[in-house]
Amino acid sequence: MRFIFKTDYDQDIRLVKHGGQAFWYGLLGVALLLAPWLLSEYLLAQLIFVLIYAVVGLGLMLLAGFTGQFSIGHAAFLGVGAYTQAVLAAAGWPFPLALACAATLSAIVGIVVGLPALRVKGIYLGIATLAFGFIVEEGMARWESVTGGNAGLHVKDPSFFGWTLNTNVEFYFLCLAVTVLATLTILNLLRSPTGRAFVAIRDSEISAQSMGIHLARYKTMSFALSAGLAGLGGALYAHKIKFLSPEQFSIIQSIDLLLMVVVGGLGSVHGVFFGAIFLITMPQLIAIGKDYLPESVGQSPGLQLVVYGAVLVAFVMFEPHGLYGRWLKIRTYLQIFPFYRAGMFKRQKAFQKSDRLK
Amino acid sequence: MSEALLSARDLTVRFGGLVAVNKVSFDVQRGEVFTLIGPNGAGKTTVFNLISRIYQPTAGGIRFEGEDLIAQPPHAVAALGIARTFQNIELFEFASVLQNLLIGTHTHRRTNLWQDMLFTGAARKAELHARRKAEEVIDFLGLQRHRDSMVAGLPYGVRKVVELARALCAEPKLLLLDEPSSGLNVEETEDMAFWIEDIQSDLGITVLMVEHDMSLVSKVSDRVLAMNQGEVLALGSPAEVQAHPGVIEAYLGSTDDLSSLRRQPA
Repeated sequence: MRFIFKTDYDQDIRLVKHGGQAFWYGLLGVALLLAPWLLSEYLLAQLIFVLIYAVVGLGLMLLAGFTGQFSIGHAAFLGVGAYTQAVLAAAGWPFPLALACAATLSAIVGIVVGLPALRVKGIYLGIATLAFGFIVEEGMARWESVTGGNAGLHVKDPSFFGWTLNTNVEFYFLCLAVTVLATLTILNLLRSPTGRAFVAIRDSEISAQSMGIHLARYKTMSFALSAGLAGLGGALYAHKIKFLSPEQFSIIQSIDLLLMVVVGGLGSVHGVFFGAIFLITMPQLIAIGKDYLPESVGQSPGLQLVVYGAVLVAFVMFEPHGLYGRWLKIRTYLQIFPFYRAGMFKRQKAFQKSDRLK
Repeated sequence: MSEALLSARDLTVRFGGLVAVNKVSFDVQRGEVFTLIGPNGAGKTTVFNLISRIYQPTAGGIRFEGEDLIAQPPHAVAALGIARTFQNIELFEFASVLQNLLIGTHTHRRTNLWQDMLFTGAARKAELHARRKAEEVIDFLGLQRHRDSMVAGLPYGVRKVVELARALCAEPKLLLLDEPSSGLNVEETEDMAFWIEDIQSDLGITVLMVEHDMSLVSKVSDRVLAMNQGEVLALGSPAEVQAHPGVIEAYLGSTDDLSSLRRQPA
């Protein structure tokens, strides 16, 4: 059991709280830097997908996990980012500039979608964002002069100033850099007034307001940042997958993204990464499992969706804090062995909470 | 007498056909503890919600330091120097006590989104400043051992104190306390009384509170306003108001004329 003796307020502000964290994150960093030489081509490609989904997931986590606004149309922002990137890359824009444009355009779209969020809450916001997702998907299919419609759109390799990133290794480092920067940005936000204002809105709008938090401004800000990160991830996704078509950004993708943050653990940055790993490895595990199932089950087309649905239901019922919550329990169990007891993470029912003012 | 800190004039609010508050006028002077009492449904909390701009008054006005409060949006009220607590506790459940207090300092934030995202030197300095303020309040209310606990796991009595602490972190000129002693045991209520006295005398903050516990009311209040069915019954010192026949009637009913309690149909 570690006890941190605090002598300075800076200790609570620092991102790395103690030596143990420095060691493990350092080790993770080294492992990630060496990954291209340690992993096979295939696994590296999977790792790239994990990083890309993590960037998108950070955005959705900020919105759903920290601001409490659910979006069932997040694939649309992914799509806006991806198509912007594809079109700008085809026009010969240098990669960093195109990336910035993709993120900015997504963020602007996010603000537009965020406007209904000022008026509707909970399930109604879900419906509004769902509708938005369908509109964007339809738009991508119909606006053939730009998106190529259902025939799809080919994406060029990222290049800037005469340098083209056409190998998996180069692209991996690009994704790693973007992911690290995005994560640091989110961590910075969460330890500053802006992030706390988001959490305040999630937990009690009425008292957030009387603490002086401008609800409309912060909700819009959250939508914009979230959409911007989704757009950033979308731009990387476009380069990775090299071929875009509207059905990649359908409701299934939106639900996958939501599944990622819920399974990872709502309200935790770690959860994003756990969720992204889950989302990428699950299809492989299902593919392996197929061979051991009777043919009528194993070869049926909807197997993956059924498994995803079952996993989601199971998490909501048995582990609402997701994979990260499970990890916390395991860690606590090991840290205080043998004193862990079953009820330690049980939360009191918040029966005092007033709903009269809502 | 100097100009009142907060003055309500002919404050009226109707919800459909129900007149929740009817032509209520009062002045809160700087530095005093002003208490609203009255039976359930008297409109005390409605007055609070009018001051914190959650409800829009049907008629009448509120001025705070000479400024028209009704013209302000709800989120601007805190910046003017009015902080409040809620009757049923509205804390940020899934955040630590410290984070709750830091959210309390939000109205004094000095950084913008970009500084926060990059966590620049200015952001760090602002953060340390907010933390020092939060720590002052933690020391003042003795919340040290709950500093890093999640609110969701705290007992009711502590939550009440955390909510008071959060309001103090906003460094208000006027503190609105909605039933500070509800749900507290006798000792906790006594602590609350001491804190309210300290808030008034040491911090120089004016307190406007709604309270049912008459021993607490008479201990800390300078002036008391009694309300019943949205109307002012009596205004004066705690002893005067408690002796007022209308107040006794409102709480206990009169033996000879029960109909005087009911609002006459207009």
